[in-house]
Amino acid sequence: MLGRFGSLVPVVAQNVQIQQQQRGMATLKSISIRLKSVKNIQKITQSMKMVSAAKYSRAERELKQARPIGSGASQFYEKAEIAAPAELPAKLLIAITSDRGLCGAVHTSVARLIRNELNNDQQNLKVVCVGDKSRMILQRLYGKSIIMACNEIGRLPPTFNDASRLADAILKSEYDFGSGEIVYNRFKSVVSYSTSTLPVFSLAAVKTAAKLPVYDSLDDEVIQSYLEFSLASLLFYAMKEGACSEQSSRMTAMDNASKNAGEMIDKLTLTFNRTRQAVITRELIEIISGASAL
Amino acid sequence: MAAMRCVSRLLTRRTINTISTRGYADEMSFTFAAGNQVFYDSQSVRQVDVPSFSGSFGILPKHVPTLAVLKPGVVTVFENDGAVKKIFVSSGTVTINEDSSVQVLAEEAAAVENLDASAAREVLSKAQSELASASTDQARAEATIAVEVGEALVKAVE
Repeated sequence: MLGRFGSLVPVVAQNVQIQQQQRGMATLKSISIRLKSVKNIQKITQSMKMVSAAKYSRAERELKQARPIGSGASQFYEKAEIAAPAELPAKLLIAITSDRGLCGAVHTSVARLIRNELNNDQQNLKVVCVGDKSRMILQRLYGKSIIMACNEIGRLPPTFNDASRLADAILKSEYDFGSGEIVYNRFKSVVSYSTSTLPVFSLAAVKTAAKLPVYDSLDDEVIQSYLEFSLASLLFYAMKEGACSEQSSRMTAMDNASKNAGEMIDKLTLTFNRTRQAVITRELIEIISGASAL
Repeated sequence: MAAMRCVSRLLTRRTINTISTRGYADEMSFTFAAGNQVFYDSQSVRQVDVPSFSGSFGILPKHVPTLAVLKPGVVTVFENDGAVKKIFVSSGTVTINEDSSVQVLAEEAAAVENLDASAAREVLSKAQSELASASTDQARAEATIAVEVGEALVKAVE
């Protein structure tokens, strides 16, 4: 181990010497290489911004259509005043993220909320990760709490089919939860979103609700299928909100990246020109002083 | 005498007005949303007829609170101005809350006039052939649901 370090040090020292020897020319070259790569990065971030702007406008249009579904589905839970049952403390958290990164803090803020909940009570909490990003963030420390993860989210806009398949998988997972929360990013405007939660409940929780007797002619089967459908609609709504905030956040992130790249390009062009001028001046001095010495 | 009659006419008109405003106060806030489209968002309507698994029923303002699961069929909405709108739904839920708010959430919905009769029949025949060729229990159940939807579609178009 030590021997290897010993042989490395002289190599590094040699390199520094070579670089110092031919500084003028080499920096000119290296600056132009860096300039080129930053310009390429700017092109990439700019086109990514364009793509996500187009995707965002579509996502926002679709979100407007999905909002009544979400509010309609959650209204029963609010108006019937359903609370989590005390005898069944098991809880389910559904993290709505996607597979794609480079979009600011949308995924980390969802994961952070879940992490805080898990730190409080790891016994009765299980997590369903929708999208690879939340799984990647959570699995290292809380891998045992994850009961399910799904990917291939975010490439295409979410559909009701995706949501109902997810709801089906959650109901078939045989995790007996009393209540749950869907953690998602609620879209506010192009520049802001807030990480919020939507409650979901199981049949056991609904049956113990104080206001349930107000509702007429209910049997378990009706409530069960009602709950299954409302879980799907809530998931659909949350996925739409998540997709919209993700695209808008990616748009701002890429806009910032292009701006920063622009600043870097400006600075690099300035140093490039300065160095070039310095090289020319030095060569002139060399020629002139050489000629006058003759 | 003429003045008296005039006053009495005014009075009767006033009573009619109060009755109609009271009728208006019992309105419901009706939301009808589907995965593909939103038809009503907290709007006031006169009556809604829905097909459910526990039987079709009509909803008027101040209906008793209940939950129901939609069956494939036609939801009929009677708007306040008398217009009648028929919308086909494949499946979904109906929620009627204490405060007279009604939510119909459907998986997919389309106005009946936009449905194509020949396409509907095609859906039905395709579902029937799938049912005949289904091997597993799950496939059979799925095909049965598809046939149900197809039959309701054809019935709605006719």
